[in-house]
Amino acid sequence: MAIGTLARPGLAAAALPDSDRSRAWRKLAGNPAAVAGAVILLLVIAVAVAAPYVAPHDPARQSLIRRFTPPLWIQGGSSAYPLGTDQVGRDILSRIIYGARISLLVGIAAVAVSLVVGVTLGLLSGFLRGRVDAVIMTVVDVTLSFPQLLLALAFVAALGPSLLTIIVVLGLTGWERYTRVVRAEVLALREKDFVEAARAIGASPARMVLRHLLPNTFSSIIVMSTLQVAQAILQEAALSFLGVGTGTAHPTWGQMIALGRDFVSVAWWLATFPGLAILLTVLAINLVGDRLRDALDPRVR
Amino acid sequence: MLTLVVRRVVRLLVVLTGVTLVTFAILHVSGDPVSLMMPEAPEADRVALRAAMGFDDPLLVQFTRFLGNTAMGNFGQSFFHRAPALPLVLERMPTTLLLSVCAMALSLAVAIPLGIITAIRRASLLDHGATFVVFLGTSMPVFWTGIMLILLFAVQLRMLPVSGWEGWASLVLPTITLATFSTPLLLRIVRSSMLEVINLDYVRTARAKGVSEWLVICHHALVNAALPLVTVAGLQFGLLLGGAIITETVFAVPGVGRLIVGAIRQLDFPIVQAGVFVLALIVVLVNFVVDMLYIYLNPQIRVR
Repeated sequence: MAIGTLARPGLAAAALPDSDRSRAWRKLAGNPAAVAGAVILLLVIAVAVAAPYVAPHDPARQSLIRRFTPPLWIQGGSSAYPLGTDQVGRDILSRIIYGARISLLVGIAAVAVSLVVGVTLGLLSGFLRGRVDAVIMTVVDVTLSFPQLLLALAFVAALGPSLLTIIVVLGLTGWERYTRVVRAEVLALREKDFVEAARAIGASPARMVLRHLLPNTFSSIIVMSTLQVAQAILQEAALSFLGVGTGTAHPTWGQMIALGRDFVSVAWWLATFPGLAILLTVLAINLVGDRLRDALDPRVR
Repeated sequence: MLTLVVRRVVRLLVVLTGVTLVTFAILHVSGDPVSLMMPEAPEADRVALRAAMGFDDPLLVQFTRFLGNTAMGNFGQSFFHRAPALPLVLERMPTTLLLSVCAMALSLAVAIPLGIITAIRRASLLDHGATFVVFLGTSMPVFWTGIMLILLFAVQLRMLPVSGWEGWASLVLPTITLATFSTPLLLRIVRSSMLEVINLDYVRTARAKGVSEWLVICHHALVNAALPLVTVAGLQFGLLLGGAIITETVFAVPGVGRLIVGAIRQLDFPIVQAGVFVLALIVVLVNFVVDMLYIYLNPQIRVR
């Protein structure tokens, strides 16, 4: 019992001032790029949540008189429409603000689906080994054979475009990374003394997996998830761009760029700003995720 | 070594069966392929089509039939083009491969020298700059990059065609677009695999015995860094083809990707299935060749 109490992370943190967590935190806070990424990310999240309050206009309201209004700083621009208007006179800034909601929602929800599926399969594969492992790894190989976007494109088209379809399909085409990483970690952890000790005192398989193996894969899972959200946002934008989007009236960044493509020679701002929104959001997530890896990954440390 | 090759071939066949199953699932995942293929048809026509296509049979029977047809290269008739689907896909394959190979070549031409330099001059200004560009490159949506290049070179500077497929000039922008997508990934791999070998003992020994720096890098370090590079480059090929699909759509390049995207809008599922299968087949075969090369090149396996 005494050994168990000592090993509690809370106690260890209190006893050692230079705990893993505070070290990771300092590493994160000491990097200007990561801090900038975090600030941008928080801003995007805040804007998405408060969209009805911060958007200057209704994103769907059209007006043919003010169509193709250029951005504020160009001749003919208006301060009422800082980033200009599109081919039917809708405010681009407001549409970008509302678009952030879909991008973040799809990005996070799709990764949640991938995470649950991928981590479960990875734990099973690494813990049970043998035939189960062989089957799961074959499924991983099959999934890796398809360009993810192509597979998502075909299945979203077959199931009919909707927000839920996009989330589920992106989730079910992007899980294999979790499985590979978690499996590798579990295979390595199995050989460690503490797992041996748990087995020796008669811990049940479920307890071994959930209490001893899973928590030790958390830092990899967190790092992967941040980077995967960035990927999912890019994939969703690509699907919207190719025309199998969310199937709703809500504007998405990918859709806006697809429309802008048709008017690229008359109104450059239509495609440019939604793309910048994607770039900025994904870049912010990647910067945070990369620093997180440096801070949490024991191999880098 | 022979048993290893045999095992890989068996694995190849298992994976291809899995690939066929996923391709089969595209049409059946919604539960009713007929309403997917003809959403507005009257019930009588649907019943007729269901019977004609054998959709009333048990799924296992249908899949076995599909597997047999796939092995024969028969994906059915395209509804839109009124012709067998597979030849339509294969006809456009050279264009997609040309684009992918050009982009891969451009990527390697940039990534290998830059990866080596940034690994040698670690933490230099160039290294930091390259890291930032890698971040930027991996965060940009490919289709947007393409549109921005159109805006700059075709609309503003009028140097290159906006889209289409006439002559070599129309290959330039799609290649650059696709390369901006693949270069950051490759650059990162070259840099990290160079970093792994550059401080190993044998590289230091080579330096110590007075081998010139140039020879140390090219002969001792790069050759050993190449093995992981080839493996990962094979794995990245699927990503590259995914990028090619979007690039083709942006620039109206008449390749497989554009054919598939068009077929999806027209609910022309034989084309979608044939296209998805062929692209996956290419990825599987590329990785198989890379695997074989790895077995052949890796002395640790070869000796056994």
